[in-house]
Amino acid sequence: MKKRLLALLLVLTVSVMATACGKSSTDSEDGTQTNEPAVETEEAVQETEAAATDFNVGMVTDTGGVNDKSFNQSAWEGLQQFAAETGAQVSYLESTQEADYSSNLDKQVDEGKNLIWGIGFAMADAILEAADMNPDANYAIIDNAYAETPDNLTGVVFSAQDPSFMVGYAAAYTTETNSVGFVGGMTSDVIDQFEYGYRAGVAYAAKELGKEITVDVQYAESFSDLAKGKAIATTMFSNGCDIVFHAAGGTGIGVIEAAKDAGKFAIGVDSDQSDLAPENVLTSALKRVDVAISLISKKLLEGEAIGGQTFSFGLAEGAVGIPENNPNMAPEVYEKVMAIQDKIAAGEITPPYNEETFEAFNQ
Amino acid sequence: MRLTLVSCVTVFLAKSCFILYVKQEEERVDQGKDCAVRMKGITKRFGHFTALQEVDLEVQKGTIHAILGENGAGKSTLMNVLYGLYQAEEGSIEVKGKRVNIKNPNVAIGLGIGMVHQHFMLVENFTVAQNIILGQEVTNRFGVISMAKAKEQIEEMVKKYGLHVDPDAKIEEISVGMQQRVEILKALYRGAEILILDEPTAVLTPQEIQELIHIMHNLTKDGKTIIIITHKLKEIKESADICTIIRRGRYIDSVKVSDVTEEELANKMVGHAVKLVIQKEKAEPKEVVFEINDLVVENERKLEAVKKLNLKVRKGEIVGIAGIDGNGQKELIEAITCLTKVKSGSIKMNHEEIQNTSPENVIRNKIATIHEDRQKRGLVLNFTVAENTILETYKKNEFSKKGFLNKEAVLKHTKQLIKEYDVRPEDCENQLVRGLSGGNQQKVIIGREIANEPDLLIAVQPTRGLDVGAIEYVHKMLVRERDKGKAVLLISLELDEVMNVADTIAVIYDGKIVQSFEQGTVDEQTIGLLMAGGNKNGQIK
Amino acid sequence: MDRLNKILKKQITATFIAIFFGFLVATVILAVAGYNPFEAFAVLFKGIFSRPKYMANVIIKATPIILTGVSVAFAFKVGLFNIGAEGQFIIGTVAAAMAGILLDLPAVLQFPLLILIGMAAGALYGAIIGFLKAKYGIHEVITGIMLNWIAFYFCNYIVNTHTFHQDNSTGSKNIREAGFDIIYNWKKSAGGKSFLKENPTLMEIIGKTDLNIGIIFAIAAAIIITIVLNKTTKGFQLRAVGFNKDAAEFAGINIKKNMIHAMLIAGALSGLAGALMVTGISHKLSTLGTFENYGFNGLSISLIATNSPIGCIFAGLLFAGLLYGGGSIQSEIGAPSEIINIMIGTIVFFVALSRFIPVLVDKYGRRGGKHVK
Repeated sequence: MKKRLLALLLVLTVSVMATACGKSSTDSEDGTQTNEPAVETEEAVQETEAAATDFNVGMVTDTGGVNDKSFNQSAWEGLQQFAAETGAQVSYLESTQEADYSSNLDKQVDEGKNLIWGIGFAMADAILEAADMNPDANYAIIDNAYAETPDNLTGVVFSAQDPSFMVGYAAAYTTETNSVGFVGGMTSDVIDQFEYGYRAGVAYAAKELGKEITVDVQYAESFSDLAKGKAIATTMFSNGCDIVFHAAGGTGIGVIEAAKDAGKFAIGVDSDQSDLAPENVLTSALKRVDVAISLISKKLLEGEAIGGQTFSFGLAEGAVGIPENNPNMAPEVYEKVMAIQDKIAAGEITPPYNEETFEAFNQ
Repeated sequence: MRLTLVSCVTVFLAKSCFILYVKQEEERVDQGKDCAVRMKGITKRFGHFTALQEVDLEVQKGTIHAILGENGAGKSTLMNVLYGLYQAEEGSIEVKGKRVNIKNPNVAIGLGIGMVHQHFMLVENFTVAQNIILGQEVTNRFGVISMAKAKEQIEEMVKKYGLHVDPDAKIEEISVGMQQRVEILKALYRGAEILILDEPTAVLTPQEIQELIHIMHNLTKDGKTIIIITHKLKEIKESADICTIIRRGRYIDSVKVSDVTEEELANKMVGHAVKLVIQKEKAEPKEVVFEINDLVVENERKLEAVKKLNLKVRKGEIVGIAGIDGNGQKELIEAITCLTKVKSGSIKMNHEEIQNTSPENVIRNKIATIHEDRQKRGLVLNFTVAENTILETYKKNEFSKKGFLNKEAVLKHTKQLIKEYDVRPEDCENQLVRGLSGGNQQKVIIGREIANEPDLLIAVQPTRGLDVGAIEYVHKMLVRERDKGKAVLLISLELDEVMNVADTIAVIYDGKIVQSFEQGTVDEQTIGLLMAGGNKNGQIK
Repeated sequence: MDRLNKILKKQITATFIAIFFGFLVATVILAVAGYNPFEAFAVLFKGIFSRPKYMANVIIKATPIILTGVSVAFAFKVGLFNIGAEGQFIIGTVAAAMAGILLDLPAVLQFPLLILIGMAAGALYGAIIGFLKAKYGIHEVITGIMLNWIAFYFCNYIVNTHTFHQDNSTGSKNIREAGFDIIYNWKKSAGGKSFLKENPTLMEIIGKTDLNIGIIFAIAAAIIITIVLNKTTKGFQLRAVGFNKDAAEFAGINIKKNMIHAMLIAGALSGLAGALMVTGISHKLSTLGTFENYGFNGLSISLIATNSPIGCIFAGLLFAGLLYGGGSIQSEIGAPSEIINIMIGTIVFFVALSRFIPVLVDKYGRRGGKHVK
């Protein structure tokens, strides 16, 4: 009896499998049209509201994945924003291993994307290679400027030294121990912008205040080691720092946790991180990957040639800065910081972005 | 399909209605009877193995009821069902005429059932009295244990049933026989009316067995009911009133013990007639091949378990070592097979010292061992029969070349071995050895070890858990090897086995061979005394 | 009926049923989440089979996990749970990458040497686990997990040393081209480029993917391991130790030596996977944020393959197919990529349960038989 039931089950298995296979084969017959599935995704709903276009943008995350609470997530939000505004189609592919970069980028080409984003400079080599192999596809990358940029590739960098300078300035005006800290992920040109911008901001304010403020700089050698970030920041706090700024991705989450535990301040990065510890985040150095992605994608949609160059995003584009609401910051400090922001925007102050420019700035 | 379903359900319903009706009828009839325990149609499965199949048991109040069966027949399983350790899939249990559902041992204890397991469950460094009252402490009104009162109660029981123990002695200091009495007292203290004893004599000396039988009679005189699990016919004849025989999980018969002979019981247990005494010629021993001098071996707790032991085995004789478990046999055999290090002394095979080398070297020196634990040490259960037969010899040129196994040669060898030793099923060379019965597994081991052509064959408890037919076979094989001029060393906890098979009987006690006898020059009583640490004059040290 | 019973009792049938249930659960989850499951599966299969290139990618992704799967399966046959495959893989990549950057030999030597160095490093790393188990009885899962982390941080340390670090990246320098995979070097050569231009299909399969000769190593490894286990005296010893080390010891087999050998071989397989990753795909080391799961996926694959080395080839392809094709489900119909992870998890879960299917068949099959009577 039961055997017959099992037999039935088996038959069911085979038939379902057959249906699935049949489906796949019919779908692949009409080859080119496959990337217009009539499924109601969030984007697709919005698409019907806005004017539907055939414009299709894809992104490939780095190994952090799309929910990394950092720039991958921010990038995806930017694309969704872009889709909502223009009615374009957007999608992402997650990389779980570095080996996934090239195959994911390749898959995006097959899906006929008009623009393919690579998120993070870890993907620089993979994107360069893909652009070389597929001259007809358009690529863009966040946080990387190539020495020689191919015509179908766009680099996007941020003047992260600007907001870093601002948060450094704010830190200097807020510190009570005259000692602040900085935790970096790994040494690179991108992180140098944060470090030296921040240090210059502190130094600038110290000069105004006429006192000496020390900056403790340490690197975690990782963008994802939460525990290490926490350990470094805890040491800094116990050594007398009362504000620590991080530019260390997931490692930085640990820095904010340490601030919460120690009852001191942390300064967030990339997006407004005050929700991680509302009482203990002084402010955040915003680097709006979402804004950049949305803007660049729009440029291409509007027919602008964006290839072969590197875009730099700063205060002018609203892609960097600090949040409007900083409940932990004294209002007079905020006003001063805003004044500094105006000076930077006006070109009166040029925050340094590496060791060389930092030394020049101090003289 | 649907039709089958409907008919199945109908048949099933009809069947259960009928069973229900019959059961109710029976219940009505039996209520007046003086029946302590009645188990009916007990079926117990473990996975797809059926351990018990519709077994019935009826125990009258105030009797000693033996449950007889070979190892693995299901005796213990049946009692564990009664004690609530297992739940039967089918069947019913009545205690004192009342239908009961024994979900766990606590329910059983509440019903007045007590069980003494083969392995005692005592706290070693507690006193006898503490162990007895454990979990049933008598307290005064401040919640403090009142030992005096407890001791009083215990002493009363001790006197009443002749269970002589000192309530203040620690468990680790008293003998195994005494520990057993503590277990019995524990059960009685909890108000047991029905006492289950699981293989109670396995660990006792002949004297202690006599005392136990005496105690059992005292208990039944007082109206207690005793169920004793055993496969020893002699004890049943001596103690029990009624005997229920179980064979391979099935109920065979219930007999009045005084009406049957030991042979008849054995036949019922095994299913065919067996001779209990082995036929053999007188031994013609030659030169010494195996010699142990002043051997000292420590056990796992770093205590000396073998203490200056001396032993010689000659070609053409079977030396049997008799002794109670735990007197150094385990350490002795581990030392000989180089599974453990020797502290001092020597073990010589053909004049070559082999102690503290490797098991491989032992085999190379022409020693073959039939280990007592065939599933742990003897066989790789997930290997085929063929693979098991070459477990020690796979490297020989016969079976492998340049690191590759010669499967054909192995299979040929195995087929021959299966035929020669009558392993069943006969075409099992590619079957997993796990699927074979215990007796056939043992045949594979014996065949393998003898095929090694050893000069010394060591057999440790070679018949443990085997049925009578297989036991006979194993004994015959040992004698055959002796007759071929090999030396045989038999180590067994079964005194009967040693007395029957060995040409020279050596008694081990406390890590030493206390005395050796030629077969036929000594009686069981003397050996029993020596095993218990007494001397020849009959006094216990 | 009996034949059906027999078929159902086979492990492979149970595995297929488990895979089916995995899909069934994924169907439910997709449907509940508001996506058409059949469309999703169509996309999945299309993402795997619709182009030769995709199939090539599945093979590429399967290569390392087949090898770690075989590594785990092999150790399992000897009764050891090689959770340390992840660490052995990492050490294999580190050793091969270090050698690839430092050594400067002709390609004929460099490439095989890197492979051998990766294998040797993995083997030694695995042998540590075997040694600690044999000598001190420390459980291999404990040492395996510890050594995984040591390998993890060792890799990150090496990446960040001055000799190996590539500026402005999170990774090391590339290894010298002589150490690149044979196929890669050929397709970048002038002859290879012009040849591929004339063969669009090959261009797709080879040119646009990281196709490398690793899969040959993986299949060869699975076959060799099967032969070693079943046909050689060494395999006989290893299996005896795995099934019953007490009996093996009693029969004169040196169990400590065999444990170390088993972990040595298992480590070599994982190390080989690591070396092939460096020569064939990544060409460098990256700072590890989390484990990349090559070793841990090997555990799942070994489980799906019920510890059969040959089965690992198919399990690895299935796993890689799901991972790779699963990505398309997001980009084409918008379902979150977690769905595919749930599906893989469910399949592994049901395979783990599938050991009960033969038991169930036995139970119900027998009962059924009784009713028929």
